[in-house]
Amino acid sequence: MTKQFRILYKVSIIILAILAAMLIGSIILMTIGADVFKTYLVILFEPLKTTLQLSEVLLRAIPLTIIALGISVAYRSGIINIGAEGQMAMGILGTTAVALAFPELPKPVLLPMAVLAGAISGGVWGFIPGFLKAKLQVSELLSTVMLNYIAAQFYTFLLRGPMLDPAELTMGSGTPQSMRLSRNLWLNRFLPGTRLHTGLFFALALALLIYFLLWKTKYGYKMRAAGASARAAKYGGISVTWYLVIAMVISGAFAGMAGAIEIAGVHRRAIEGITGGYGFSGIVVALFGGLHPAGIIPASFFFGLLIVGADMTQRMVGVPANMVNVLQGVIILVIVATKMILADPYLMEKVWRKVQGLGKKTKEVTA
Amino acid sequence: MEPQKKITSLRMEHITKRFPGVLASDDITLSVGEGEVLALVGENGAGKTTLMNILMGLYQPDEGRILINGEEVHFKSPNDAFAAGLGMVHQQYMLVPNMTVLENIALGYKQAWSPLKLDLTMVRDRINEISKKYGLYVDPDAYIWQLSVGEQQRVELVKTLCLGARFLILDEPTSALTPQETDELIVLLKRMSSELSIIFISHKLQEVKDLSSKISILRHGAIVFEGNTDEHSPSDIAALMTGHEVDLPQNDEAACNGTPVLDIKNLNVKSDRGFLALKNLNLTIRCGEIVGLAGVSGNGQRELAEAINGLRKVESGEILFFGENIANKTPYHIIEAGMGYIPEERNTEGIVPSFSMKENLILKDTGREEFSNHSFLKNKAIEKNANDLRVKFDIRSPNIHVAAGSLSGGNIQKVILAREISRKPKFLIAVYPIRGLDLGAAEFIHKQLLEKRKEGIGILLVSEELDEILDLSDRVAVIFKGQIQKVLDRKDANRRSLGILMAGVKDDQTV
Amino acid sequence: MNFIVNILSLGIPFSVALLIASLGEMFNQRAGVFNLGCEGIMAMGAFLGMLVPYSIGQGGATPGIYNVLGLLLAMGVGALFGMLFGFVVVTFRAPQGIAGIGLQMFGVGTAGTLFRHFVGGTQSVPGIGNLPIPGLSKIPILGPIFFSHNLLVYLAFLFVPTAWYILFKTPWGLRVRAVGTNPRAADSIGIQVNKVRYQALAVGGALAGLAGAYLSLCQAKMFSDEIIAGRGFIAVALVYFGHWHPVKIMGGALLFSLAQALQLAIQGQGINFPYEFAVMLPYALVIIVLAFSREKQLLGPTALGQPFNREKRI
Repeated sequence: MTKQFRILYKVSIIILAILAAMLIGSIILMTIGADVFKTYLVILFEPLKTTLQLSEVLLRAIPLTIIALGISVAYRSGIINIGAEGQMAMGILGTTAVALAFPELPKPVLLPMAVLAGAISGGVWGFIPGFLKAKLQVSELLSTVMLNYIAAQFYTFLLRGPMLDPAELTMGSGTPQSMRLSRNLWLNRFLPGTRLHTGLFFALALALLIYFLLWKTKYGYKMRAAGASARAAKYGGISVTWYLVIAMVISGAFAGMAGAIEIAGVHRRAIEGITGGYGFSGIVVALFGGLHPAGIIPASFFFGLLIVGADMTQRMVGVPANMVNVLQGVIILVIVATKMILADPYLMEKVWRKVQGLGKKTKEVTA
Repeated sequence: MEPQKKITSLRMEHITKRFPGVLASDDITLSVGEGEVLALVGENGAGKTTLMNILMGLYQPDEGRILINGEEVHFKSPNDAFAAGLGMVHQQYMLVPNMTVLENIALGYKQAWSPLKLDLTMVRDRINEISKKYGLYVDPDAYIWQLSVGEQQRVELVKTLCLGARFLILDEPTSALTPQETDELIVLLKRMSSELSIIFISHKLQEVKDLSSKISILRHGAIVFEGNTDEHSPSDIAALMTGHEVDLPQNDEAACNGTPVLDIKNLNVKSDRGFLALKNLNLTIRCGEIVGLAGVSGNGQRELAEAINGLRKVESGEILFFGENIANKTPYHIIEAGMGYIPEERNTEGIVPSFSMKENLILKDTGREEFSNHSFLKNKAIEKNANDLRVKFDIRSPNIHVAAGSLSGGNIQKVILAREISRKPKFLIAVYPIRGLDLGAAEFIHKQLLEKRKEGIGILLVSEELDEILDLSDRVAVIFKGQIQKVLDRKDANRRSLGILMAGVKDDQTV
Repeated sequence: MNFIVNILSLGIPFSVALLIASLGEMFNQRAGVFNLGCEGIMAMGAFLGMLVPYSIGQGGATPGIYNVLGLLLAMGVGALFGMLFGFVVVTFRAPQGIAGIGLQMFGVGTAGTLFRHFVGGTQSVPGIGNLPIPGLSKIPILGPIFFSHNLLVYLAFLFVPTAWYILFKTPWGLRVRAVGTNPRAADSIGIQVNKVRYQALAVGGALAGLAGAYLSLCQAKMFSDEIIAGRGFIAVALVYFGHWHPVKIMGGALLFSLAQALQLAIQGQGINFPYEFAVMLPYALVIIVLAFSREKQLLGPTALGQPFNREKRI
């Protein structure tokens, strides 16, 4: 088998996968009678046309990156974290609580403290399913999903009650949101005319941190071993359950930090709907990015693009924004299927032999 | 079932089958006539099971054909093979544990199926019919998990016969049986061969001699010999099987009278199912000696190895390692105390298959100063270590970065061995270390074990192969149903004495 | 006393969606596959169920036949989704957990997209009304609890012994159980493992679709993004700690629905208990039960979650 064939084979599979994803998406689009070509054009290219739109894409990419980094740590350690939505919500609550309690502290103190609070809240929410799996073998797939719903209810409770903006009470409008948080919390917006904030650099720094953690430290080695082969890791003296819990705490903390950054950089107050599907989108980003920081960063950009693009399709081609969930779901299905095909050496050999067979026949014919 | 025609001749002609990277069957031709018993012999990995799976329709051959009673047949699935009258008892029993014997047989008994109902009475009658005819009695209402290994095999036989087999294929039928159960089975098969022709796969020369009328020997996927059993001696056959004189390194040196290093006292350990796998087990191993643990697989060997290494809970008893009781300590602690372990399943327990060879070699040592500097891994040192070990242990791989799981079985075992030995352990537990390996790799590993013994390291060798145990051990302990039956010295240990003990008979005189 | 009757008579219809979806998932898991996308299939079912009557009647009353068509459409598309899942996890042998999440997002997204396009807003339908059993429904206490529900409720509970019979007394059920416990044994005896798994997934998908349609046609009488509220995931969990047995699963479904009914009853009584904590209750209950249920693996499909590959050498 030649190297050229190997590369050609893998690239063809990936192209087929992309086409399959777009095809399934097209079916849904055709069902609602939309212009398929135009829709994809809007989703993929419209947001790139103005600086403002581009900044909105980057804005979405920031929390996606952070969450996906956390999810990839968990995934590589052998545990699947579907609970990023809930962990992000808890992170927002932690951040808001600190900001509401200490509005007068100077920024260099308040901001890190608030972000840390977000990380801790998210970390605790990640600890729960990690602990349940380690000690009681509760499937994390189910426990994290349940915790999402619980966190959502808790979030609403606090926003309608203890954290409610006093101004809302007096005005009687009752929108569940906290009051505007102290300026000492705010992340600077560095691109005039846009909402793009310095959290971007924080996200990139976290990416670098994760890279070093997983591939350059002994802790990362142990986590990856535990995820790659729990049994062999155990036989090798690695405490798989311990690292499982650590991985979930890290994963939750990252989701919590993503929430903190969103509050500090974008909304500057706790409102409903901030998590807006980032928790689930983070999973797709992590997978799409090959569970590696180097892949996650461009993947976050791509999915930020999809999210902003899908927002525009309602106005421009009459396609509801929910289409982005359709695409994300399809992409997950296609990615996991494609991974299996690429990992199958039998198939590659079979195709190689068929190609060789065809080559021989052509030679016979032309000879 | 209407009486079907007997299968008077079965031929496989020029069968070829390829898997990625390996030619499993290489232009194989064999034939079995009426009333004949063909023994298909060969080492592990020679291609015997693959060939039989082709015959049973589980795999499709890339080339060649199969003829039954002179007519060519094409088996697209096991159903076709059953319809033609073939039946197979696999090495790993194909039974569903949480269903009854009745349900397991009904699974293949299509005549009892109708869209709305499963006619279990019909199946039950059929079972009774077969049981009477062949003298094979099974309890239709027993759940498979309740049955012993020997009983399960009987169910498999009854199953194939109920489904209309007129030709039997048996894959390593005695591998999990005690010597006594083996004798019973051979008597049974001899009786059945008057009615059915049989192919059986084995790598045990004695039963090949006892049961077969013809032999075909497979090596690396090709037939290297065929002939009538009566005309050849076991040593001839063994030599043909392996291609050169079977000469595993022998342990001829006198035993070392050192201090006990591993002292197991009254050990009680539970199996996965919840009952006691080890019952008040006692065993002592001294420095510089190899103690072989002989026994049919499934008598507690796995649980013992796991308990010693901290991978299984000890209910009661002590494991004294250099004086310290390591029972129920963490695997990490035990590894740090100097325990070396070559586990049973090399692919899932010994290495992380997706990690590179160099990463696997430091699996237990990431905390060590030579490989990590304050938590950061020292890549240069790790690579140097891998390169050194690769040379020293003659590990055949393209480089040290290739995924360990892609190496051949023998080389994977060498990686594990290299890692364990280079860590300078104070004691080594080797569980089935040469299972499935070719002779070259096996020889290498045995040499290494003997060298460590000379250095004064105590070794516990767990094996099913009596030859290996007899060659290497200073003393031999026989394990049966979770207890040590007896510990014999080298001079007293031979096939007969060990075979008796393995079957559970404690007293020599009762045989 | 009235309080208890209230809770029970509310709890029973509440349990139907969960019960139907869980029984469907039971077939999936018995065959060795767990489908987290159940939630997404239920969303599609919920949308499709109300689509037909709404399109015909624009929210007004319509002849019952359109409700039935809605149910059938939900089941049909549900089966298709089940088989799509099969394509990914059985044919391609992809990991079932993540693939399930993908299917869930796909289902929820598609349902939402199609709803906004074809219906939009908060349109409601009259749905399927109650069908009190004459005579029996008049019995005090027992009447309102057991005999005053709509047809689907009765059918759902009748399906419990039916499912038991199918699983344990028919050849198909035997094949399903074999395939989920020891697929290699089933394969060696001539059963097409993958085919049986596809069949189980189709059945599971159809039932999940039906469960979703029940929610939109009988319970909420409308469709919204939040209508499923995690019931699909709870169904998957239910099968697991119901030990894959129809009767235990029914018990579990009733348990969670009673918790939900309790929440409403408390609200109704005006007890000052924060609404959100009451809503949290069923989800927290799932976690607690999962934590304390001892795995009885021997009872169920030991090959659950493992793709089957005949060519894979043991």
